[in-house]
Amino acid sequence: MALFQISEPGQAPAPHERRYAVGIDLGTTNSLVACVRSGVAETLPDAKGRHLLPSVVRYLAQGEPVVGHEAQAVAHEDPLNTIASVKRLMGRGVEDVRKLGKSLPYEFSRGDSAMPRLRTAAGERSPVEISADILKTLKQRATETLGTEINDAVITVPAYFDDAQRQATKDAARLAGLSVLRLLNEPTAAAIAYGLDKNPQGVYAVYDLGGGTFDISLLRLNRGVFEVMATGGDSALGGDDMDHAIAEWIMREAGIQDDAGHKQMRRLLRDARAAKEALTGVERTPLRIDLGGGKVWQGELTRDRMNSLIDPLIDRSLAPCKRVLRDAGIRTGEVDGVVLVGGATRIPRVRAKVSQFFGREPLADIDPDKVVAIGAALQADVLIGNKRDEEMLLLDVIPLSLGLEIMGGMVEKVIPRNTTIPVAKSQDFTTYKDGQTALLVHVLQGERELVSDCRSLARFELRGIPPMTAGAARIRVTFQIDADGLLSVSAREQTTGIESSVTVKPSYGLTDNEIEQMLRESIAHAREDDAARKLREEQVEADRLLEAVRGALNADGALLSADERASIESGLNELQAARGGDDAASIKRAVKKLDQATQTFAQRRMDENIRKALAGHKLDEFGASRGKSPS
Amino acid sequence: MRAAPGKNHFELFGLPVAFDIDAGDLASRYRELQRRVHPDKFANASDQERRLSLQMTAQVNEAFQTLKDPARRGRYLLSLRGVDIDAETDTAMDPAFLMEQMEWREGLEELRQADNPRKRLVELANRLEQGMQDKIARFRQAIAGDGPEATARARNIAREMQFLEKLRREIDDLEEELL
Repeated sequence: MALFQISEPGQAPAPHERRYAVGIDLGTTNSLVACVRSGVAETLPDAKGRHLLPSVVRYLAQGEPVVGHEAQAVAHEDPLNTIASVKRLMGRGVEDVRKLGKSLPYEFSRGDSAMPRLRTAAGERSPVEISADILKTLKQRATETLGTEINDAVITVPAYFDDAQRQATKDAARLAGLSVLRLLNEPTAAAIAYGLDKNPQGVYAVYDLGGGTFDISLLRLNRGVFEVMATGGDSALGGDDMDHAIAEWIMREAGIQDDAGHKQMRRLLRDARAAKEALTGVERTPLRIDLGGGKVWQGELTRDRMNSLIDPLIDRSLAPCKRVLRDAGIRTGEVDGVVLVGGATRIPRVRAKVSQFFGREPLADIDPDKVVAIGAALQADVLIGNKRDEEMLLLDVIPLSLGLEIMGGMVEKVIPRNTTIPVAKSQDFTTYKDGQTALLVHVLQGERELVSDCRSLARFELRGIPPMTAGAARIRVTFQIDADGLLSVSAREQTTGIESSVTVKPSYGLTDNEIEQMLRESIAHAREDDAARKLREEQVEADRLLEAVRGALNADGALLSADERASIESGLNELQAARGGDDAASIKRAVKKLDQATQTFAQRRMDENIRKALAGHKLDEFGASRGKSPS
Repeated sequence: MRAAPGKNHFELFGLPVAFDIDAGDLASRYRELQRRVHPDKFANASDQERRLSLQMTAQVNEAFQTLKDPARRGRYLLSLRGVDIDAETDTAMDPAFLMEQMEWREGLEELRQADNPRKRLVELANRLEQGMQDKIARFRQAIAGDGPEATARARNIAREMQFLEKLRREIDDLEEELL
């Protein structure tokens, strides 16, 4: 006999009513997808039980790209069409890529766009599209595992990612059909995975040693607010370097010449890696190296020997640790906890040295490969509304200052780094020539004073300023940064009201048209109808709005008069009816109409929120706070 | 673009328009407001509410940054009285303060040449902090009065504080250089 299940009041809804949103760690070497199921956050494996998806994409002349292990396995046979470490190219311009230089074995083509494109057998691909292919694979995996289409995700980015890199990541998600609930800083995600956000305050170091990169971040937590105090690292240091050090030692021991062939080198690296991993659990491991021609070398690697080989590399990671401590102005003793991220932190020697450096045992009970994805999944679960956690609040800060170019190639900072976001700031500028009718707004990110030392994010023109004497015009430029750290800028001439605004589609980013074009192409590729896609998009949007407005009515309907309520309900009915049809345009109209109808309601709900926020505090009478020490 | 039109920073936080503020109370009001208005609380809401939440959070952040810092708070109070302290730069500064300025500047210059700049830097930063506290105390007195004379006095002190803030940034920059 089946028993009815009764859930406790106020608890999460029954599993089948839960909405799923995933956390994605889009890494340089590997990527992962994780989700909260039955209250537990876990990474999702592929059909073969593998959790890590190598961030490698191979493009073929025909058919879908191959992503992950299968692409990685043939990387050396088809290097030009097999793209690895594309994260290094995200948000980068053609010039940046040139500076990265010969370390990239790919062929670049220069199109109209400032964004580099890689030539592959399947045609040209931008880093955003390549990342989108990785995200699609993860989305597909999640959809299959969870048995329901997954559309919402929290995606992690390095704390130091600038606006262009963040925007590129968000664009990639859009191309992959994912709506980004939040871009989350990787170290913050790791801290969430360990539940550190539950602590009232503290300073935490997140030590992230991956396959090819090392990042160190210091986070300050104050009642749910995570501030990245300082971040640093070494973009060319990781577990792969340890494999090389061990392989070179094997070569010396086995008498293999320096000019070992490509194939032999790969085999050696594989053996070195296996030995390194074995030594995590044991003190010594046997080596058996095939020298070719029927000859075999046998030896042994002890943990002590390996430690002496990798110590110089680990020490290299400690230099940036010292630097960030100094940048943040704190001593090692003030660090309340250390979180380990990245596969290479499994090595006992790494743990010992990190522990020694910070003077405390690092947190390491969550798999360091998975910890970032798990933290992202926890945050996704909160954002999608499965968990009503009133205490949880995650505020990020912008990692780099934003400013505008002024006379003489100098930068005027408008928003300094480490400002809590979202933030909006305005600054007034004026013309420098008599009769000047246009103004070039050049947006930059960075700490230096000279334009040439900062990163150019965008340029746009405010035209139609009426001719005035130099210095008479008042042009107010407003920067707005959202919770993901993404910027939009608008400019307005105050005396005439002439306005110009852009969402900063950065110098190295994609325009909305380009994204639309790519979406069309990728859909055509999948032999789906463009109209069907548009309809589907409008339906998803309609469902989201219907649910949101109904939820709001349930919660705060009392804030409305009968007339106001009736007008919103008629909007709801209209949208519901349009949603049932198959005309994308009429759904869009109904969405817009309902959105308009809820304007007053939204404002009242916000006012009510503010009233509730301050309800615990006495509305001070004048003078009530007199006599207390000022800040 | 204001999400709470007509409310000044003090009103947004439910505080009286006054110079003295309890830092702990301000921070706790800030967190409560953020918990209610932050975009993360509206990830599933309509576009209308999400836009509003973004603007509101930005306004709350801006208000908090302004109110928690005494020098910025002072300037903001003056702006509520219709006084823009950057407006007329030709107003004569107190000669005593001009002397003081020169001394600060000389101190900073000497420090660059000194044998032990880092130690001297800390001393200078401490002296500056003391100077700032003195100005805050004088500003508090001045702004408590509400006649035009009191306001003018407050404005002059606010300008002096602005100078000290600039000096503080230069000391910070130098500190970074010396590291």
